[in-house]
Amino acid sequence: MSISRRTLGLYGGIAIASLVAPFVFDTYISQLTVLWVMVLFAITWDAMGGQMGYNSLGNIFFFGAGMYISAVVQIGLHYDVAQYTAAYGAIKVDFTQAQYHVGLVLGTIVAALGSVVLAVVLSWVVFGLRGPYFAIGTLGIALAAGELVGAWEYVGAGSGISLPVFPGEPEVGERFFYFAFFIAAVLSFFFFRWLYGTRFGLAINAIRDDEEKAEAMGIRTMRYKTITWALSAFFLGICGSLFGNYNIFIEPLEVAFATVVFGIPMVVMALLGGKGTLWGPVIGAILYHVIKEATWKYFLGWQWVALGLLIVVTVVFFQQGIMGWAQDKWPELFGIEVEEDSAEGDREAA
Amino acid sequence: MLSNFQLLVDFPATNVQLLLDGLMIGGIFALAAYGLALVWGVMNVKNLAQGEFVIMGGYIAFFMYRDLGINPLWALPVAGIVMFGIGWLLYGLVIRWVIGRDLFTSLLATFGMAIVISQLLNLVFGPDVQTANSGLGTRLFLGSVTIQEIRVVSLVVAGGLALMVILFMKNSRMGQAIRATAQDPRAAKIMGIDTDRVYAFTYSLNAAICGVAGVLISMIWVIQPFYGIAHSIRSFVIVVAAGLGNLPGVIVSALGLGVLEQYGGFGFGTEFQQAIVVGLLVLVLVIRQIMQARHRQVVQ
Repeated sequence: MSISRRTLGLYGGIAIASLVAPFVFDTYISQLTVLWVMVLFAITWDAMGGQMGYNSLGNIFFFGAGMYISAVVQIGLHYDVAQYTAAYGAIKVDFTQAQYHVGLVLGTIVAALGSVVLAVVLSWVVFGLRGPYFAIGTLGIALAAGELVGAWEYVGAGSGISLPVFPGEPEVGERFFYFAFFIAAVLSFFFFRWLYGTRFGLAINAIRDDEEKAEAMGIRTMRYKTITWALSAFFLGICGSLFGNYNIFIEPLEVAFATVVFGIPMVVMALLGGKGTLWGPVIGAILYHVIKEATWKYFLGWQWVALGLLIVVTVVFFQQGIMGWAQDKWPELFGIEVEEDSAEGDREAA
Repeated sequence: MLSNFQLLVDFPATNVQLLLDGLMIGGIFALAAYGLALVWGVMNVKNLAQGEFVIMGGYIAFFMYRDLGINPLWALPVAGIVMFGIGWLLYGLVIRWVIGRDLFTSLLATFGMAIVISQLLNLVFGPDVQTANSGLGTRLFLGSVTIQEIRVVSLVVAGGLALMVILFMKNSRMGQAIRATAQDPRAAKIMGIDTDRVYAFTYSLNAAICGVAGVLISMIWVIQPFYGIAHSIRSFVIVVAAGLGNLPGVIVSALGLGVLEQYGGFGFGTEFQQAIVVGLLVLVLVIRQIMQARHRQVVQ
């Protein structure tokens, strides 16, 4: 994979903009932080839905699982988790700088690995399901997880867990999490970019295009599907762990397993930008986030109605997404060569 | 938790109570599930807005009860007609463009619709849990089993409506056209059936059935703008468990789900009720998958 000067310029520009943004637009830093969360969501969803053709509606499960695993680890290092959650905030956590960071790093690692384990276990359940059953089944898992955690006293049930606050200045904390999410999103982008260029990428594309044929060609489809699902889960677990700490307070239905707030938008962002492309999910996530923040600001109260309409319109009328539309319009920019004759023929056939 | 189950053994009358309550609620679940199966079978659209239609019907009854002071029983025909119109409107705006596309599109598009509907209901009626009072009393039976009269009425209404729909599908011109379109849309078109109209009618009929079910729910249970998703999931559980195009199966599994939910709610506590419904969905899908895996081995 050779990197042209134009690509290099593009990456450089984005990197500089992202590094400068939190200092220049420091009033919008929380929105910018969540932007990277959204980008990561869209990229990890697209690995499943776009590249492998398995449209999961329940990827949010790993985000929530990572969040809870990390929280239990962080609290559990120094307190009895059951006592801590039962006290509903009466026990105040008092961590030193070192304790906080060790807990965060350890929690994030365990969360990522825990999500991978959960993904491997669940893959046995979900990958026998095809098409719409897969979508409904994964949605069911995400909803069930939210309800079950909401009734589980050990992790605070419906009232959630409050996590330790970042030690030090609040501004430093905000920037810390901005860069944490930025790095997580960038890592996942480059990881999947590399992955799509390998044999593995070709194999999961083959599964998307025709699973029976792929299997007949000797691709062990089950193994590939499980690995892709686990990779998605890995990054979502990291993201969940960080988001729990960023948000300070976690709760099953609105923060961790938030199907309507994060779970479904994950899919919509990838579709909006163009699924199955490298940049599509990133563009979709940025666009979605901007629209979301704008509706929050200008249509307060009606924001979810507006976002629901956006989902319907995107899915029904614009499913090719921005990248798909651009590829149709200017194929030469994407290195797709259209022969004059066949193009003529297509037009006549249409 | 176990002590609750011990109670069931110690006081057998509780079993009768739970069983009756479950069957009466299950009868209403059957209506929404039948609507889902109808749309799924005829149009191949998986309608995730099913539960929102139910809740909308419920709010029509609640509106008539609270703001107009009319007995919510009168909302039964009103909700049917209004929801039929809303179904037609939604068909023209959204569903029309989804037919013939992949199933994921229909799932996601109807989920988007569900979000819009529930949020609009939230804006109009607020997030409180509501119920519409039908003014009917309760009767004591077998010493300790109570039966609300409204539950009996709703079971009768649900049964009557189901019978009407079945007769309609069997005998009327439109019913025949719907069945023909379900079997082979292309052939139906060649025979001069306006399939677009058939689809619109089917979808609206589904919305009307859900609306009536919602009125019943609002009288015997509670409604809230965001309870729709649970009803949608219930419908999916029932239809997936019964298998498509299996009407007796839909009725049996709906009644079974109603009873199971009552027992689960009693045994584990009501905070687990939603978890039980969603857990059942996953369970049903897993069982289905095991059965299919066995089937595949037999074929090989």
